[in-house]
Amino acid sequence: MNLPLFSVQDDPGPDFNRLLASRGDAPSPIDGALDPHDYRHGTTCVAIRFADGVLLAGDRRATTGNLISHRTLEKVFPADRHSGVAIAGAAGPAIEMVKLFQLQLEHYEKVEGTALSLEGKANQLSQMIRGNLPMAMQGMVVVPIFAGFDLSRGEGRLYEFDITGGRYEEADHASTGSGSVHAGTVVKLGYRQGMDTAAVTDLAIEALFEAADEDSATGGPDPIRGIYPIVATITAGGYTRISDDDLAARTQTLIARRQGN
Amino acid sequence: MNMPFYVAPEQVMKDRADYARKGIARGRSLVGFRFDNGVAICAENTSSTLRKVSEIYDRIAFAGVGKYNEFDQLRIAGVRHADMKGYSFSREDVDARSLANQYAQSLGQIFTHEMKPMEVEILVAEIGHAADGSGDQLFHILYDGTVIDEDMSVVLGGETEAIAERLGTFEQPPTLADGLRQAVVALGGPERALTADALEVAVLERGDHRRTFRRLDDPEITELLA
Repeated sequence: MNLPLFSVQDDPGPDFNRLLASRGDAPSPIDGALDPHDYRHGTTCVAIRFADGVLLAGDRRATTGNLISHRTLEKVFPADRHSGVAIAGAAGPAIEMVKLFQLQLEHYEKVEGTALSLEGKANQLSQMIRGNLPMAMQGMVVVPIFAGFDLSRGEGRLYEFDITGGRYEEADHASTGSGSVHAGTVVKLGYRQGMDTAAVTDLAIEALFEAADEDSATGGPDPIRGIYPIVATITAGGYTRISDDDLAARTQTLIARRQGN
Repeated sequence: MNMPFYVAPEQVMKDRADYARKGIARGRSLVGFRFDNGVAICAENTSSTLRKVSEIYDRIAFAGVGKYNEFDQLRIAGVRHADMKGYSFSREDVDARSLANQYAQSLGQIFTHEMKPMEVEILVAEIGHAADGSGDQLFHILYDGTVIDEDMSVVLGGETEAIAERLGTFEQPPTLADGLRQAVVALGGPERALTADALEVAVLERGDHRRTFRRLDDPEITELLA
């Protein structure tokens, strides 16, 4: 791998995707339709705005057709210090998209010396989803949620997308994936303005718990194996993943409440 | 018919080297050194936007002296090289030694084949994972592609000998504050006392973060120099 020096005319600028394309290293699209039984799917994620910023949460199950193919899949990722992305849909292309998105943001920051604005980051992700449209038409749909702390406004913001790259900013909460109807309803009913970290974490756990109860492709908490959803908050202090111990305790409380204790 | 004059290759190389050295000596210098928890780079730079010291990758930093547009071009090429390598393979496969070799190849090529050599000297620094700093490295690369693997500290730019003499040698990696004070005295010389607004300081610091590069702001520099 030699040093990528460009003439002024051919310089790809701070865009990592253009850099890959100019070197002929861009990932090639998959041709032809694939059977959904041949590749893995990730499912339910939610994003909720709260007092200090925004929370992202996702279950851990991946399915291949009617089988559970992975129990500890991660669907919530940090995009950079002050933003995160949660994915649902075809797991392979989705994880590749997240990897490229993370690189794109960091690459821009290093080349330009300043980070992109939150709006700029959301727009980048939009273009990447739009670029995936030919694969989405063959069934490999990727539908992420993007959330972050907007340093210029001093508040959390979140965005939903559709497969065409359409970007829709939501005021308070968003959900994606096969269990999103159930999870979204729980969030909608339990949501209050200005919740604190503890309350919003409990709400996210409950939303994913209910989604797992109704949707076979969404995984519930698994105390036997010690598997809990991934929950992360993004605040002025950055991206923080909530520990499994904390989630386990909160899940216990939720279950006790359901049992009527 | 005009016959080109014969010029001895020794003379051509000498002229080019002189030209590059003169260009480098016009700019201000910088000092890189190992400290007990990583690597620090301290540059004399009055601009707070045109940087001499930058992040390349998780554990790799870059610093350049000489002509700004030329070392900035090298910096961006380094970021691209590192990010593409990390994308193709893994983040841990990106290392300073390979990057320093790439820089050396390019600078050597330009020095012998292009009209004009690059008027730059660059530093590629990396911190290892070992807590005692045994994996920390400083690669000093000259305008003609010469690579020097420095041990404790390095001086880039003009008047390097005088600055290196004032800096002295570190037996053991000092604390950040001690090292920085010594570096600033060395850069300033007997007549000048440099303050935070004339300095650009960044560190690669061992810790829990994936990205170890951090810039020090003026209040923090002032505090360390106090």
